[in-house]
Order: sequence, then C-alpha cells, then structure tokens
Amino acid sequence: MTSRLAGLVLAFAAGFAAIGTASGAEVSLFNVSYDPTRELYQDINTQFAAYWKSRTGDTVTIRQSHGGSSKQARAIIDGLEADVATLGIASDIDALHEHGDLLPADWQSRLPGDSTPYVSTVVLLVRTGNPKAIRDWNDLVRPGVSVITPNPKTSAGARWNVLAAYAYALKHNGGDETRAQDFLRALFKNVPVLDTGARGSTITFAQRGLGDVLIAWENEAHLVLKEFGAGRFDIVVPPTSILAQPPVAVVDRYARKHGTEALAEAYLRYLYTPEAQETIARHYYRPLDPAVAARHQDRFPKLDLVTIEAFGGWKSAQARFFGEGGVFDQVVGAR
Amino acid sequence: MSASPRRRARSAIGEPAPVRVVLIVLTIAFLTAFLVLPLVLMFSQALAGGVAAYLAAIGDRDTLAAIRLTLVAAAIAVPLNAVFGVAAAWAIAKFDFRGKNLLITLIDLPFSVSPVIAGLVFILLFGAHGWFGAWLSAHDVRIVFALPGIVLATIFVTFPFVARELIPLMQAQGSSEEEAALTLGAGGWKLFWHVTLPNVRWGLLYGILLCNARAMGEFGAVSVVSGHIRGLTNTMPLHVEVLYNDYQFAAAFAVASLLALLALVTLGLKSLLEWRHGDELAALRGR
Repeated sequence: MTSRLAGLVLAFAAGFAAIGTASGAEVSLFNVSYDPTRELYQDINTQFAAYWKSRTGDTVTIRQSHGGSSKQARAIIDGLEADVATLGIASDIDALHEHGDLLPADWQSRLPGDSTPYVSTVVLLVRTGNPKAIRDWNDLVRPGVSVITPNPKTSAGARWNVLAAYAYALKHNGGDETRAQDFLRALFKNVPVLDTGARGSTITFAQRGLGDVLIAWENEAHLVLKEFGAGRFDIVVPPTSILAQPPVAVVDRYARKHGTEALAEAYLRYLYTPEAQETIARHYYRPLDPAVAARHQDRFPKLDLVTIEAFGGWKSAQARFFGEGGVFDQVVGAR
Repeated sequence: MSASPRRRARSAIGEPAPVRVVLIVLTIAFLTAFLVLPLVLMFSQALAGGVAAYLAAIGDRDTLAAIRLTLVAAAIAVPLNAVFGVAAAWAIAKFDFRGKNLLITLIDLPFSVSPVIAGLVFILLFGAHGWFGAWLSAHDVRIVFALPGIVLATIFVTFPFVARELIPLMQAQGSSEEEAALTLGAGGWKLFWHVTLPNVRWGLLYGILLCNARAMGEFGAVSVVSGHIRGLTNTMPLHVEVLYNDYQFAAAFAVASLLALLALVTLGLKSLLEWRHGDELAALRGR
C-alpha cells in the first residue's frame, strides 16, 4: 500500500516537474497485459517514463489494461488498440497474428530470449502450517483436497498450471498419456471454481478463503504473502514444475497507426536493461539477465523445470490441450 | 398501544398473533441479512482505513476518471432514453397501429437479454472484425473500447425503463383530455407540452430515476465493450472490480460505497415521489 502511494506521489511529482520544464512532446503508449503484472508494470512504467524523459525530453503516459491473457488477446483482435502486448503465453500473441494479422508470424524472434524478458514458474500456495500436507503435485488429486486454479480457456497462467501437472504425471507414469489424462481428470474433480484470470483465482483463495491450495504463478504467490501479511499462507515449491515464459511484442499495426513504433520498441527493450531487470526480480519474476539473477538467487529456488518444447512448443500444445475438444475439454467434460 | 386496536386488527387480518409475529420476524431477518448487513459491511470496509484514506481513495486520478466517465455515459444515455421512452409511450398509449405489440415486445428485449450478449453484439457490429469494423478503422472512428461503445451499451440496457413506466400510466389516463384539447383547437406540440406531458410528469421522473440508477450501475454489457483501460474506459462499477483485484480492498469499497450512496439517493427521491404523488404513481402498479 505504502509503496503504491509513494509511486503515486512520485508520478505526480514527475508530472509537475514535466509541466515545469515543458520542453518535450507529450506521448502516450498503451500496454495490454495479463492479470498478475499489475504491480510490476506500475513500477516499470514509472521508471520508463523517467528514463524516456531523460533520453528524449518527451513525457510519456503509459496506459494499462489487465485481464485474463486470452481474453486480452481477444480484445486486441477485436480492436483494443494496444501498442504493446505483454501477455502470459506465446500462443496468445500468435493469435494476434493468426486472427488479426496485427504483427508478423516471426514476432518472437524480434527481441532477445524469444521475446521473453522474464520467466516464471508454477508453485503451490497453501494455508499456513500446510494443514493438508501438500508437498507435490500428486497431493492435489487426493480426495478432500480443494484446488483453486483459473480457467485455461481464458487464462494463460491456468494453461501453464495444467501443463505443469501433466508433465509431473507423465514423468511418474513412464510417459503414459492416458494415465496422465486420468491424473488431470482427478485433479479437476477437486477444483470447485474456475475464475477467468489468475488474479481472480488468487482473490478467491486468499480473500474469500476458498480451497486448500492455489496453483499460482510464483510471482503471484509471493505477492499474496506480501499483501496479506506473513503467517497466513505458505509457498510449497514442488520438486518439478514448468518454465513459464510470458512474452512481449509490439503490435505493429496499431503502433504504426498511432505513430508509436519507436517508442513501443524502446519500451520493450527497456525491460531487458539491468535497471528494469532489478525491478522484475523484486516482483519475483525470474530475470533474464544472469547478473541480476545471480544477485537474487536466494529468492528463486532451484527446481526441475520442464519447458514447453517438451510438448512440441505452444503452437501444437495449444491445439492439442486447449483447443475445441482437446485434452482439457475431454478431462472437464468427463467430470 | 392498547389492547383493543390489536384485537380489532387481528380479526380484520384473520391470522393468529404467533403467525404474524413469525412472518414479521422472518421478513426483518431476511432484510437484515440480505440488505442491511451488506450495506453496513461495505461502509465499514470502505472506512476501515479512516476518513483520510477514504477521501484519498476517491481522489485518486483513475477513480476520478471512472466517476467522470460514469457521469458522462449516464448524461448521454438517460436523456436519450427519456426522449425515446416518451415518444414510444405516446405512440403506444394514444394511437392504434399495426405492429404495436411487436414494438412493446422489442422495448422489453433488453430486460430479457443477458447484458453480456448485449455487449458482444456491439463487438460483433463495431469490433475490428465486425460488420462495420473495416469502415470504422479506415475512418479512424473508435466505437468499442472507447466512450461511444460504453454509451451504446448503457443505452441498450436502460432502454425500457422510461417507456415501461409511462405506457401503463398513459393507457390508464386514456386520450379524452387530448381529444378535448384538440376540439378546443390545440396543435400537436401544444397538446403534448400542455396536456400530455404534465399529466405524466411524475411517472416520467420516476422512470428517469430508475433509468439513471441502472445506467450508472451497469456492469456486464459495459465490461464487454470497455477494454478496461485504466483512467480511460473504466466506469465506476468496473473500477471497483479493478481495485478489488489490485488488493486495494478499502479503495474498492470506497468507490462501491459511492455507488451505493447514489442508489440510496435514488431510493430516497423515489420514496419522496411516492409520498407526494402516490395517486398518480398508483396507476402504474394497478396494471
């Protein structure tokens, strides 16, 4: 709360300073992002505005919209004119190309690290003292354990969650796909509500008190500890999980229309600077920069991370697991 | 109170006292649980951080933008629907024509359609891939994810309120006064301003109040067409959700309490109207 207030005061001060020196132009940039990045981009935007001011003299106002990643992608395709899309999963930015022709197919090769300036993983958040003794993924399918996770149809985080559980099941069943699907079926039997975004699920678990365990982005789990105070929740890091890669891209067609292409690209490239990477690490996203990562290594426990490549990349995993009639539909349909 | 009126009341109602007591207690318990408690809880949550925090939450830049947007959307949608409602009620109550029942059904449509569908319809019409999407984009006109879309969605969901209040009232009054005015030589406009409108003014005001309350409180349809751009396309109800999901619970409840205050003011005005002009409004309920 206080840091947000301080941020606001800073933003105001920056605004007044800008009026005082009024030399550069007023520019604006619109960032459409997924659900849990609210606090991250609030800080990044303040930092970037100062950086851009010092470099060009221009005062930049960055507008934000947050929601379930796929819902946001849908809105961009329908005409929500984002200059940059910072979504939770590559397939949602692929959709911008496939359904809206808003950026080229090779968008992911345009920025370092597959256009992924930070990565994360999926962990388990339990109530303090871990009353249901949750240690690993197989504890989530036990009868009587209530699991909270968002809807994979609208939330990117939820899709990472499903694949993390699936990867665990494959590993422990000798790669048997049928048994892995049975594992998912048993898991979703324990899910009482599917919110549309990761933040909705977090509120359901932490504020409304539903469920015994929340499958969450690592950064989201840490944010809950911070927002709700110590001693109410514990983070359980499972031995295996998935490397979640939330990518970023300039939405070319809209940026061109707004004349913000250079600004949009500078904004995304700024995410890779040590300064921004520090902020990223502070918000519990795993930074790409090895030096920054090394400085914060005690924040990020080492675990066995499966990548999306194990599922043939997002292009095929999206259709196979989350498309119409895909694995998720079969699993939930049989509930 | 003395015993005699109570006995008289009992004989008049014909229910034994224990039954009445149970019914009254049930009603009060229900009202307390579903109306009073949530209101109390909301205001206590809103003021949890003290009055200064409450004022700071409302003075926040994005919150002020949300309040402004809500007021602007209502200021456009409510007068338009008032004009439309009067015109439709006038046509339906005073004239006979083919397709009258169809028109009444159409007016009721927004009540029967889910607001989410209403929002999606506008996306399908004006979205980038909608019927008019290419033309709008070529002419750089923005409808969805901007103010026009929010106003359109608000107009759609609040469409029936004024007409629905006026139709029964006008039908009950009949057209004898208008006919009298006509025989005395009044023209169309004069007839409307001096005979019809004064006759329905309280019903009209009542309809406008309900229309306004819904316009400011609408969530579903507006949520679909808003795009949720902070400080730009979030109305008050949407901003409550944003704040709540930002873990700013006190601020969320502060904005919610503003909306609730608005509802209470509406309720107060409505009660005042009923108290002062109960006879005319009773015609609405007699139908």
